[in-house]
Amino acid sequence: MADLKVVANNIRQSIIKQISNAKSGHPGGSLSGVEIMSLLYFEVMNNDPKDPKNPDRDRFVMSKGHASPLLYATLAERGYFGKDELMTFRKINSKLQGHPDMKGVPGVDMSTGSLGQGLSAAIGMAMAARMDKKDYKVYALVGDGELQEGMIWEAVMAAGHYYVDNLVAFIDYNGLQIDGKICDVMGPEPIDKKFEAFNWNVVVVEDGHDMDELREALKKTVFGKPTAIICKTVKGKGVSFMEDQAGWHGSAPNADQTAQALKELEELGGTL
Amino acid sequence: MADMIATRAAYGNALAELGKENENIVVLDADLSKSTNTATFGKEFPKRHFNCGIAEQNMMGIAAGFAATGKIPFASTFAMFGAGRAFEVIRNSIAYPKLNVKIALTHSGLTVGEDGATHQSVEDLSLMRSIPNMVVLCPADGVETKKMVKAAAEYNGPVYLRLGRPNLPVLFDEGYEFEIGKAAQLKEGNDVTIIATGIMTSTAMEAQKTLEAEGISARVINMGTIKPLDEDAVVKAAKETKAIVTAEEHSIIGGLGSAVAEVLVKKEFAPLEMVGINDTFGESGTPDELLEKYGLTAKDIVEAAKKAIARK
Repeated sequence: MADLKVVANNIRQSIIKQISNAKSGHPGGSLSGVEIMSLLYFEVMNNDPKDPKNPDRDRFVMSKGHASPLLYATLAERGYFGKDELMTFRKINSKLQGHPDMKGVPGVDMSTGSLGQGLSAAIGMAMAARMDKKDYKVYALVGDGELQEGMIWEAVMAAGHYYVDNLVAFIDYNGLQIDGKICDVMGPEPIDKKFEAFNWNVVVVEDGHDMDELREALKKTVFGKPTAIICKTVKGKGVSFMEDQAGWHGSAPNADQTAQALKELEELGGTL
Repeated sequence: MADMIATRAAYGNALAELGKENENIVVLDADLSKSTNTATFGKEFPKRHFNCGIAEQNMMGIAAGFAATGKIPFASTFAMFGAGRAFEVIRNSIAYPKLNVKIALTHSGLTVGEDGATHQSVEDLSLMRSIPNMVVLCPADGVETKKMVKAAAEYNGPVYLRLGRPNLPVLFDEGYEFEIGKAAQLKEGNDVTIIATGIMTSTAMEAQKTLEAEGISARVINMGTIKPLDEDAVVKAAKETKAIVTAEEHSIIGGLGSAVAEVLVKKEFAPLEMVGINDTFGESGTPDELLEKYGLTAKDIVEAAKKAIARK
């Protein structure tokens, strides 16, 4: 398997290219989840780009659906579809909709985009696995701002109640949302204690961009409880002028900014 | 007196039957399983029945996830909380990805009764009909309910099944063959056509008798499928009887009446009178009191029929 850091860098460049080409999209929250996705798709998940509908595969739900450029970049890097297709992102007649549409895109296991809904679908998939005595796992990536949706807590309660232990939810804890810091807009903290109170196994990852720490966290799943891996991340990670800036939640870089971002990422290579 | 059964009761029985034939059926409820009657299924198949608690949005989302793996989930609660509260989850997580979820909601309309306006869903047909990919069914009796549950399970895609609380007379015999998108003509007639759905089909049959006694020949059509609507049946009725009445236990905005009006205006014009709830909320009362107060009786249909005929 490819060097994960190189994979992550390729994905970051692809995110910038897609959004720049589309002149629209969400770079900040896409860049913050890159290591999580690289690790999942290139090392952890039981998946096969040539057989994307295999009933025994592990599933992934991008609950924070606006990170679609991250999902598409990861799937293309893994070989689910050609990288050329990424240049149709957000364009008319494209399969690569602004938010993921499972109907047309190989590897997209759930349509998402309206925040708060993906985690529930992930629970349904995980419960189905148990009914069918299949041992696949379901992974979800949930935004920290997304935790403000009431439906998330309905889902958290249900997963704990039904002991859905084949579900792992990553919380992309980058601390920012469109209107600013999550703690200023509507603070969800403490996140860990809330999940624990609903009978979840909680693992906190101090650096959500550290593959080793993420890898270790994934070894800490337990019998009888769903697992939440709360990953402290940096919004816009890898592009200096985007890092930790709420303003880059949903804005596309212009030509100069794109060139600058790609130059920085090329220089970083696999060192980030 | 004809046999009586509520569509929600027939639903519970039909689900339990279907559960025996099809292992892929799973049932979700939101703390109303005794009222929606999914408890009947739960008793037979406890491992395939999931109570999601009072959390309708999450229930619809879990149903979507089940469907994404090949299960056939039936998700049930009251129409108000399913079609209303969970509307956007149904739209984005079920209908947009065209997932095979059956949304079977009970206690629709005014006949919820004493619980009052907060529990009386009179907008659900309008809401569900407006969502792309959604099939919308509304049975008139217990037999049709059973046939619709089977048809919904066999159809691959999202279906909304609108069910009610009150006991209804059985109109159809067991040999009735229901097909999604096909209306059933219950009475031939040539002066006016009454197109009814749900509990109002029985009422339309009463109205037909009254009209007949007055020398007016009314055709009665049961429109079990609200979407896709049987446009041919509407066009034929417009051509042959030249006056139409719709009858539904739902707002006149966006439901059966609106659907029929769309066809009449686009394809074959005929005067139309709509019997339904006139853009207002309900209130507490017995079902019969409410039907009377809000204009949903056989007498109201008879008057509407005469008005439509006068407009020819």
